[in-house]
Amino acid sequence: MTSPVVSRTIVRLGVRSIFGRWRGALLFVLPAVLIGLSVLARALVGQDDEGARHTLYGLGLVVIVPLVALLATSGLLAPEIDDGSISYLLAKPISRHTIVTSKLLVAAACVLAFAALPVLVAGLVLLTDTPSYAVGFAVGALAEGVAYCALFALLSVLTRHAVVVGLIYLLVWEGLLGGLLDGVRWLSVTRWSAAVVQQVADVSLVDDLPLAYAVLALTVVIVAGAWQTGRALRAFNLTGDE
Amino acid sequence: MSSPSETTDTGTDAGEARTGVIHDLGYRPYGGPRLGEGPVAWSFFTTGLRNTYGLGRSARSKVLPMILLGLMLLPALILVGVLVQAKNILDLDEQIVAYSTYPLTTQLLISVFVASQAPALISRDLRFRTITLYLARPMRRSVYVLVRLASLTVATFVLIGAPLLLMYLGGLLADLPPGRETGRFLGAIVGAALLAACLAGLAALVAALTIRRGLAVTAVIVVLLVSYTVVSTIQGIAVGAEQEVVGEVAGLFSPYTLVNGLQVFLFDSPDATPTPPSSDAMGVLYVVATLLTVLGSIGGLMLRYRKVSP
Repeated sequence: MTSPVVSRTIVRLGVRSIFGRWRGALLFVLPAVLIGLSVLARALVGQDDEGARHTLYGLGLVVIVPLVALLATSGLLAPEIDDGSISYLLAKPISRHTIVTSKLLVAAACVLAFAALPVLVAGLVLLTDTPSYAVGFAVGALAEGVAYCALFALLSVLTRHAVVVGLIYLLVWEGLLGGLLDGVRWLSVTRWSAAVVQQVADVSLVDDLPLAYAVLALTVVIVAGAWQTGRALRAFNLTGDE
Repeated sequence: MSSPSETTDTGTDAGEARTGVIHDLGYRPYGGPRLGEGPVAWSFFTTGLRNTYGLGRSARSKVLPMILLGLMLLPALILVGVLVQAKNILDLDEQIVAYSTYPLTTQLLISVFVASQAPALISRDLRFRTITLYLARPMRRSVYVLVRLASLTVATFVLIGAPLLLMYLGGLLADLPPGRETGRFLGAIVGAALLAACLAGLAALVAALTIRRGLAVTAVIVVLLVSYTVVSTIQGIAVGAEQEVVGEVAGLFSPYTLVNGLQVFLFDSPDATPTPPSSDAMGVLYVVATLLTVLGSIGGLMLRYRKVSP
């Protein structure tokens, strides 16, 4: 018997666990901030390339999209591992890969709704006359967000402090070092997606990063992250690391 | 002495089966002096302060705060080294990075520290209900809140102030004019204290509202990081559009730019943001906003803890 790739029940439960109580509130705040800022920037400087690049890249791709991915993914797996209720899920005759795929599907939908679409809207607000700009950033945001989701899902299976470790990785590696050292672009999800954005939109974000490499790297991170999460879940130790 | 206590007197009849006996083993209750609210609060404060740096906690809780403190000190050490060694070659007669700019440069590290330690102090007491034990002591609820906040503020102040002290001492050793350096350093220390109070207040409020540790860490980081990024983006755009007032107003909305603007206004520090407050009215607004941030977060915390049942 082959199990389905996606389990509808897990998807439904995943949506509930993200929006349960007011955990989901942060997910609404981040895109609201992005769109609010783009409206303000449009009012201040009109349709300006420089302002649009600052807003969509500096705030959108570097800050908002990774944070949405982190919030979505950590709301899906970490609480269940934290309180041990994941054992009920793992005890069901469902492939661990199906569990991971279903959960990642929910996270990807979150990224689409709370990161990619707001980036598209913000891009259209900022540069109404060149929709390719907004589309490029939206595509980049989606690819980046899904890659981050796979990465953070793996992290939350590996350690109990996934959120803190994920944040430190985002802030120090992607944020601080990524801004200082050019070489980081070869190992940075944000820079890879920036290379994808460059292909669609007419903008210069990272120098000297081939598109083929960026797309390949993003795909590898997404597929390998999801696969490895499933594998790690197969040998999951319920006592955790403390 | 281990004689059966008096409660067994009723069952002295030898034929009657005795079911339970309470022995008086002679233990004495504590009869010494009991300390009041003040000493309790003081020892609570020092414990909290030690805990933020992982002292008195497990080894793994020491890793992050100590690494962050080291990373905060590292650039200051390098700057001092360059200043001492190359003062004459580079013709330097002041600090390479101004004291007031340093916290803004290292704001990521400060944010991570506050975000990781605020939930450790605040959220766990609420989540695991240890707060019940604290409130059972002769310490009022408001004192609990203030002491927790004070621990976090002082810990953050140490993190921000330590590299400044290092730079100051290095500057004196490198023969910078002592009077001028002392003035600037004291201004920066006041700024560091205000920044620590703002950050600790905001972080504590967010941590008290989100009890889960992971979520609280994320929420604090989101508040600090997103507000700073948004503010600096607006300021950059405002300068480009030559609408400085918009940038100055935007600066009110992130603790880092707020306190830096206040330092520019009060102590005439070199500005680290594109749009520091240019007029006196705006400067006063910065001071008022700083005080409002600190007092507002204390008020918010008091409101939050009024609902906590002991």
